[in-house]
Amino acid sequence: MSAEVPQALIDEVLRTAGSTPDRLLQILVTLQAQLDFLPPTLISRLAEQLGMPRSRVEGVAGFYSFLHLAPAGRYRVRFSDNIIDRMLGSEALMATMCANLQLRPGVPSADGRVTVSTTSCTGMGDQGPAVLVNDRAIGRLNHQRVMEICDLIRHDAPLSAWPEELFHVDDNIRRADALLSSPMVAGSALAKAVALGRDGWLAQMQASKLRGRGGAGFTTAVKWLACRDAAGADKVVVCNADEGEPGTFKDRVLLNRHADLVFEGMTLAAWATGARDGLLYLRGEYAWLRPQLEATLAARRAAGLLGSGILGQTGFDFDIAIHLGAGAYVCGEESALLESLEGKRGTPRIRPPFPVTHGYLGRPTVVNNVETLAKTCLIARDGGAAFAATGTAQSAGTKLLSISGDCARPGVYEYPFGVSIQQVLDDCGAADVLAVQVGGASGVTVAPYEFQRRIAFEDVPSAGAFMVFDSSRDIFEVARNFVHFFAHESCGFCTPCRVGTALLKGYMDKLAEGYGALQDLADIDWLDRLLKNASHCGLGSSAPNPVVDTLLKFRPAYERRIQHADFQPAFDLDGALARARQMTGRDDAGAHFDTGMGATR
Amino acid sequence: MSATFLLDGQPVSFEPGQTILEAARAAGRYIPHLCWHPDFPPHGSCKLCIVKVAGRHVSSCAMPAKEGWEVESDTPEMNGERRALLQMLFVEGNHFCPSCEKSGNCQLQALAYDLEMMTPRFNHFFPDRPVDASHPDVLLDFNRCIYCELCVRASRDKDGKGIFALTNRGIHKHLVVNAESGRLADTDFSADDMAANICPVGVILHKRVGFAVPIGQRTYDEAPIHLVAMRPEAAGDD
Repeated sequence: MSAEVPQALIDEVLRTAGSTPDRLLQILVTLQAQLDFLPPTLISRLAEQLGMPRSRVEGVAGFYSFLHLAPAGRYRVRFSDNIIDRMLGSEALMATMCANLQLRPGVPSADGRVTVSTTSCTGMGDQGPAVLVNDRAIGRLNHQRVMEICDLIRHDAPLSAWPEELFHVDDNIRRADALLSSPMVAGSALAKAVALGRDGWLAQMQASKLRGRGGAGFTTAVKWLACRDAAGADKVVVCNADEGEPGTFKDRVLLNRHADLVFEGMTLAAWATGARDGLLYLRGEYAWLRPQLEATLAARRAAGLLGSGILGQTGFDFDIAIHLGAGAYVCGEESALLESLEGKRGTPRIRPPFPVTHGYLGRPTVVNNVETLAKTCLIARDGGAAFAATGTAQSAGTKLLSISGDCARPGVYEYPFGVSIQQVLDDCGAADVLAVQVGGASGVTVAPYEFQRRIAFEDVPSAGAFMVFDSSRDIFEVARNFVHFFAHESCGFCTPCRVGTALLKGYMDKLAEGYGALQDLADIDWLDRLLKNASHCGLGSSAPNPVVDTLLKFRPAYERRIQHADFQPAFDLDGALARARQMTGRDDAGAHFDTGMGATR
Repeated sequence: MSATFLLDGQPVSFEPGQTILEAARAAGRYIPHLCWHPDFPPHGSCKLCIVKVAGRHVSSCAMPAKEGWEVESDTPEMNGERRALLQMLFVEGNHFCPSCEKSGNCQLQALAYDLEMMTPRFNHFFPDRPVDASHPDVLLDFNRCIYCELCVRASRDKDGKGIFALTNRGIHKHLVVNAESGRLADTDFSADDMAANICPVGVILHKRVGFAVPIGQRTYDEAPIHLVAMRPEAAGDD
């Protein structure tokens, strides 16, 4: 197939997805879905037709995990590799699948039919172990389901013919508060905001004290005001639906069940800022949500809630387009997300300037999290003061938590800010808890003596993940899993993150493999500090968090892996001599380390 | 009258919009750097130019100076972190200075001497990076790449060719050239391109000029980089 991509297909994709360089990622995603991989000749032809150097097309295609420059099979099975999936048995299930399909992880099967590999958290922690098969998600994996998938693959059944039941995804809403418990008629919140006028609506937003739910906690009204006041008439509203933080899935539930609230929140942001263009950046792992999201958008257009003259207001023109990501956690960082929206590699930008003045294509841009935007509907409906009345002094309103791990009832829980970690643990049915990872891999590891602390920006902030580990778990392995995650997801732009995350991974593996020395803990401390201080963006500076926290609070988990008080190399010295012994035909004492005369201390 | 900030306790004046590094250079003060180049906008990837402002680390090449700031640069703390960043750059590639044609003209090597990097400290990655000797006039030895992207930027923004780009990500990030074959010979690259003459390390080397100047008599053999880099003609190249 590689040599013969029909020109008609390329033309069709360029016609529908656009044919300018800023559309490159969407073009590649579309072609990947149709062709299973992006052959070298296709890269060359795309570069020619888009009028850009081939090297740049290759550079973009090579950045994203879900784009393949070499054949990867018609079926690409990706096991979610978050620690939660592992705790639910994903590794054994993947080994079973590989054995059944007679292939090795990450290597296409001999017949070119299928590749089985791992991927970063797919946002299904409440119903894992989970896999993606091409762009479809499958949860609640067990031996029987693995066998069923293997059979379907062996029989070349097209994904569209697989039993729909396999793809069923539960919302698992376990506790509903202000947002999840009150159904809203599409357009009702928008009508209230429009009645207030643009300034009146912004005043309500200011009164609400709403802060961003994506993790950073920036005051939303301040962002909107700055964008409104920025020079340039062509403002943009971006919804960050790149929910890549391991252990988080509440945005998946919002998009699946309450997409209208999200789109209405984007429209409310447009009303406040004067933006005409809206973009929803949907992570590649959630591509399966796209058809229903497009349907919701179509319904809103038909109802006069998107398009020109929204709700009869002359000059209130706004519409929303969906962009797909392709497997890159760093794109959740807002400036990397903008780069990705522009069809480039997801490398975070230098700031300042900030997106509110220089964002998408240099235009003033508001970037808000899915949950933040949904919350603005509550503010429009009930008023800013009512919203600010719940939560804590510095954290108004409610927070959606994605709860997974060792508990009886994993799922989405909505609490007013200020709820204690102990309360959450009681509610989700967790017992004998060793630690909770709040806020995902980049968040905080909370030990039992801290369980009275509260979820709030002023205490334990959280983008939403809440992973529970009971006393049967090894907290070192939790941290090691997160370190592997950051090394895999580093964009590689800056020295400290590119090399530091890879080095940290090496140290953690060294400890895991039994070569740990006391000096390694000092080196780990030093790397943690460099990453935190010198990194270009939040990915690098938060990458050491799980190690810093677990070293501080669970140091014995590391110390029991320390075999040597002094230096110890990261590999087996004597083992490294095996090849030399074989080549020289020797196996006497002098050909071994640490036996008699060998040691060089 | 222009505004001033303090660099290691000494006042430095600056014009609005000037970065910390630019203002420091204009005042004759050196801040280490690798990916920064006077002919290009700040890049901010190598992080050698990090300085401390009010407890925060910032890239001085990219951060606009502000009135009254107290900036720490030439301190044991900042130089210690810079040394570690150099160690990271050394272990992630394959750097064998004694056999490298760039030795003595290499900014990475010169900075390592200047900042007294005595050991690589971390484990070497020993990556497998094939050399591209296909071009008649230029050799590419990717083993020494530090991802400053100066060749990428020069070819794209000055030569108008887009010969180089980065692909993949994280520790697997690497340079590619603008050809389906992946070979430099199959591009329109020329030894006269700015991109062919801007590499601060020994990746992009001209053929047939090896060791024209003996090691020991080269740029950074004669003077340390903190002096060379401040010469008016210093444009980052030797």
